[in-house]
Amino acid sequence: MKHVLNGLLIAAVALAVAGCSADDTQPDEVVLMTHGSFAVSDGVLEAFTDQTGITVNVLQSADAGAMVSQAILTKDNPVADVLYGIDNTFLSRAIDEDLFVPHSAAAIETVPRGLRVESDMVTPIDFGDVCLNLDPDGLAALGLETPDQLVDLADAAYGGTLVVEDPTTSSPGLAFLLATIATFGEDGAYPWQAYWQDLVTNDVRIVPGWDQAYYGEFSGGSGEGDRPIVVSYATSPVAEVYFGDLDTAPTTVLEDGCFRQIEYAGILNGTKAEQAAGQLVDFLLERTFQEDMPLNMFVFPANADTPLPDVFVDYAVIPTDSRVMEPAWIDENRERWLAEWATVVR
Amino acid sequence: MLEVSRLTIRFDGTPALDGAELTVEDRSIHVLMGPSGSGKSTMLRAIAGLENPDSGDIAWNGMSVLSTPVHKRGFGLMFQDYALFPHRDVAGNVAFGLRMQGLNPVAIRERVDEVLDLVGLPGHGDRSVGTLSGGERQRVALARTLAPHPRLVLLDEPLGALDRSLREHLLIEMRAIFNQVEATVLYVTHDREEAFTIADRVAIINGGRIVADDTPEGLWHQPPDGWTARFIGLENLCTASKLRDLGVQPPSVTTATGVIPPEAIAVSPTGSHTAVVAGSHFRGGAYRVELDLGADSALVTWSPIGLEPGTAAHFDIDATRISWFED
Amino acid sequence: MGDSGAMKTRPWVLLLAVPPALFLAYFFIYPLITILYTGLVPNGRFATSAFTEVVTDPTMRSVAWFTLWQAFLSTVITVALGLPAAYVFARYRFPGRSLFRALTLIPFVLPTLVVGVAFLAVLGPGSPFGVDLRGTIWAILIAHVFYNLAIVIRGVGVLWEQIDPHIEDAARSLGAGRWRVFREVTLPLLRPAILSSAALVFLFSFTSFGVILVLGDLHHTTLEVEIWRQATAFLRLDLASALAVLQLVGVTVILLMYGRFSRRNAAELPLRPSAEVARRPRTSGERVFIAATLGMLGLIVVTPIVVLIARSMSTPTGPALTHYANLINPPRASAVFVSPLDAIGNSLRFAIPAVIIAAGIGLMAGVVIVSAKGHSGRLFDTVLMLPLGTSAVTIGFGFLVALDQPVDLRASAMLIPIAHALVAIPFVIRSTVPVMESVQLRLREAAAVLGASPRQAWREVDLPLVSRALAVGGLFAFAISIGEFGATSFIARPATTTIPVSIFRLLGRPGTFGEAMAMAVVLMAITGIAAMGIESMRGSRSGGV
Repeated sequence: MKHVLNGLLIAAVALAVAGCSADDTQPDEVVLMTHGSFAVSDGVLEAFTDQTGITVNVLQSADAGAMVSQAILTKDNPVADVLYGIDNTFLSRAIDEDLFVPHSAAAIETVPRGLRVESDMVTPIDFGDVCLNLDPDGLAALGLETPDQLVDLADAAYGGTLVVEDPTTSSPGLAFLLATIATFGEDGAYPWQAYWQDLVTNDVRIVPGWDQAYYGEFSGGSGEGDRPIVVSYATSPVAEVYFGDLDTAPTTVLEDGCFRQIEYAGILNGTKAEQAAGQLVDFLLERTFQEDMPLNMFVFPANADTPLPDVFVDYAVIPTDSRVMEPAWIDENRERWLAEWATVVR
Repeated sequence: MLEVSRLTIRFDGTPALDGAELTVEDRSIHVLMGPSGSGKSTMLRAIAGLENPDSGDIAWNGMSVLSTPVHKRGFGLMFQDYALFPHRDVAGNVAFGLRMQGLNPVAIRERVDEVLDLVGLPGHGDRSVGTLSGGERQRVALARTLAPHPRLVLLDEPLGALDRSLREHLLIEMRAIFNQVEATVLYVTHDREEAFTIADRVAIINGGRIVADDTPEGLWHQPPDGWTARFIGLENLCTASKLRDLGVQPPSVTTATGVIPPEAIAVSPTGSHTAVVAGSHFRGGAYRVELDLGADSALVTWSPIGLEPGTAAHFDIDATRISWFED
Repeated sequence: MGDSGAMKTRPWVLLLAVPPALFLAYFFIYPLITILYTGLVPNGRFATSAFTEVVTDPTMRSVAWFTLWQAFLSTVITVALGLPAAYVFARYRFPGRSLFRALTLIPFVLPTLVVGVAFLAVLGPGSPFGVDLRGTIWAILIAHVFYNLAIVIRGVGVLWEQIDPHIEDAARSLGAGRWRVFREVTLPLLRPAILSSAALVFLFSFTSFGVILVLGDLHHTTLEVEIWRQATAFLRLDLASALAVLQLVGVTVILLMYGRFSRRNAAELPLRPSAEVARRPRTSGERVFIAATLGMLGLIVVTPIVVLIARSMSTPTGPALTHYANLINPPRASAVFVSPLDAIGNSLRFAIPAVIIAAGIGLMAGVVIVSAKGHSGRLFDTVLMLPLGTSAVTIGFGFLVALDQPVDLRASAMLIPIAHALVAIPFVIRSTVPVMESVQLRLREAAAVLGASPRQAWREVDLPLVSRALAVGGLFAFAISIGEFGATSFIARPATTTIPVSIFRLLGRPGTFGEAMAMAVVLMAITGIAAMGIESMRGSRSGGV
């Protein structure tokens, strides 16, 4: 019995040591809630602390969907002060749930008009495009021309070449689905459902997550699979060059059918540290953080004055015709689209 | 001194002990003997505190121990299967009770060595329990029981698992050990020879009650009733009618059985009775002779000379030495 | 315990039940009820529509059905393959025994991302076996076996290696052949441990998330994945809650059935220290059996591990340790590169408290379960198993809505070891209870008679004999925590870079695959070291236990 009590004592002490988070946000601490892909170099958040004297405590959810769900659940007593990483697919829902308090960031004028949101309810921090990535060598080996339009993939010649992610479990997957909906529409002779039907006939492979699609099924770059076309990001070739220390990009991007993803940061409604939260949002849009983002998260800074790293300048592609969709429109129809998609591909 | 008074324990309504009474004097070896199911193990366990009596009392030196929990009674109990701790070596087993008493390690070590010496296993402390032979296990179990100087030693068929020669050998040893340490012992067995060899007194239990309690000689020569006589293996039990046939008159009409001690039968050419010799075996010093009386009854006696089986023999009966029973 | 006269549960048992009960109540039952209420009673009205939708939708129904039968099949196969392995490890000594046994624990810690990669390599295109099992039920079943074999091997092994082989020898001498001895003598004695392990495997398979996510597809999906989908893609918390209730009902039914089957009067076994039970194989038949079993293990468990190691060392210029070097000296400035030592340290920061909590609470609960009279012990047992069968999403979300009073723990790092402990406690219980139930009453009585109070007797007799089982349970707790089982769904966590988080990051962008594999190998190595550490610890007690 004594041993057990001792054990509990040790446990309590260990817990106290391990979990030294404060209960409520201290005046000199601000809590940032974000998703699992968030990555920032050492020293960047410390720079914020140096500037303001406020420490940043980062909470990471698994992915954006989980994050939003969790934020909505706790909106009456938010667990954080700032939410970063909500994108256009979930934005409308979050705004409808009154998750945010509007804030005009100090550097907001550097953000292109097209990215900003009404009444600055949330602040754009970064953007990227979800595009099909192509493996030129893989295509050549199959004797195929490089496709230059989405609709090409419905052609039987491209059977067995495509791998996509499940939109219900993957953010790029959802983005691609939205891209096809934006491209082919719901009415007309060839709606998006018909396109997907053709993809299914063409033996499209659907996997749950990006890593499996890219590393497991894609044949290009660092992928080990056998399919030369994958749904990924416009910056993926850049990452290949960067991490592989290459001279030329091993993969290319199909610029038709890209979908623009914009990520926002917002001050959570109900936070007890609104001022500190505002300062953090400002910081996220400023040079130090914006400059750090590309090589960590492989996104483009919303602050147009930010210099890009060389590897981005040399190898990155910013598609000119990315599909965009109104967040409200997405929110209204998402459930129906996902359900219809599931029916088509089943 | 241990006093058990009117002890009753019921399991599922059936009494395992039914008003049992027993007294064990200090520094004596008291054997409790009985057939299977008679309640002897239950009695032992009750005294140790492992069973709660439904009524009656158990007292040591006049004070009831019923309210004292098992681990505070200071009674040692040696189990039939020894129950040695598999995760401790010999010394660890023997030292257990001493550790519970809170002795310091030096004192413990000394006592362990002392007791292992006592049981004839000097220096065996390091051995693993699993590698011991049957006899060694028994001795370790005994050492473990004796080490903490229990005021009463309870033994539950301690030799039951051993072979015959080992049993006899250890029996004598145990008696010597108990006498040496002046232990107060209650020893349960079903084996008469074992009981009679080791006991200062023998108590017989049957159906949850003590039916006899005497010295071995007393029990042997004057068993309290026929059942006990049969149980302790007295020979020459004869029915009253048979004895009348032999010309011996039972003392009353209600007498049912008579026990003729073998010594009360004398074989002599001038004997008044005749029987056929069924067997004659030399037992070292004298011959054990079986006399066939016919109708499946026989008498046993001792004779200085051997007799030829199949021949007729004459014998006399000293009727004064016959014990008579109503049952 | 010692005194069979008392029929009521003794007061100290009730006292010992308090910490586990409080722990479970606050960190499981309360969050569970809160989140289910939030989901199913929005705006104060019970959303029956959610239930009707869930129950009538044919897709949902097929999901529920699939969840059930794949769990059942997984369990049967795992037990069938695990028993021979448990036997081999329990009874025989052979070179590499400790290593092999440690290897079987490794799948348990691997994040499912990593397992997905490994299995794709083994069972997908380019498979060395020439098969392509992607998207089939077989991939899922094999993956479940891969993960859960360790549960059966160790859960049953702990008991098997302490059973006196003389019992079986006695049966053989009475004319029973080997197979009969197994069926009629050994199997009944092992029943408690087998059922325990089977229950755990079933629960794991039933609530399987990562494996299904990675290896399943639209036709092969479980309730757990569906709950995740509804909560995070469709943002339909009401449907997610309804499904969670459905899942919970199913689990409770199974657990109750399990409770009935495993009657608590497990035979008191003469337990012998295992050092004396294990021996070298004597006949060629035995050698063949051992070889075949190890071969099967090698196929299922070792192949994926080997594949991972190979992947971690593959570079364009041939096998090299470049990726490992990159972890230590990142060639590129990027936050994805974290020093393995830092990651290990972070993982241990959570694993050590998790193990302490799980072992402490689990042991107390185990004692209560074994000592409590009547049905209360079994009920306690069932309730403590529930977290394992509850959707991790539900629990994680439950933490968020419930744990802000009286102290706001929601963002606290403390929740992580607690969440891990919730899942690990059933393991500790399932490992220790069968052994505790088998400790001979006689030994406790002997201790009592020698002057040990009930607590001392427990400490001197039960605890050493149970300590091995406790070590096994603790090892699982460690593995669960290190591998961050279910972390995907849990609470918003502080962004400390533990090993699984590091792997997740490295796998999240192109070009760092090798480093991700290297980190995975680091994870496997730590687990292997811990497992082998436990093995050696167990051998060095006096008396050989």
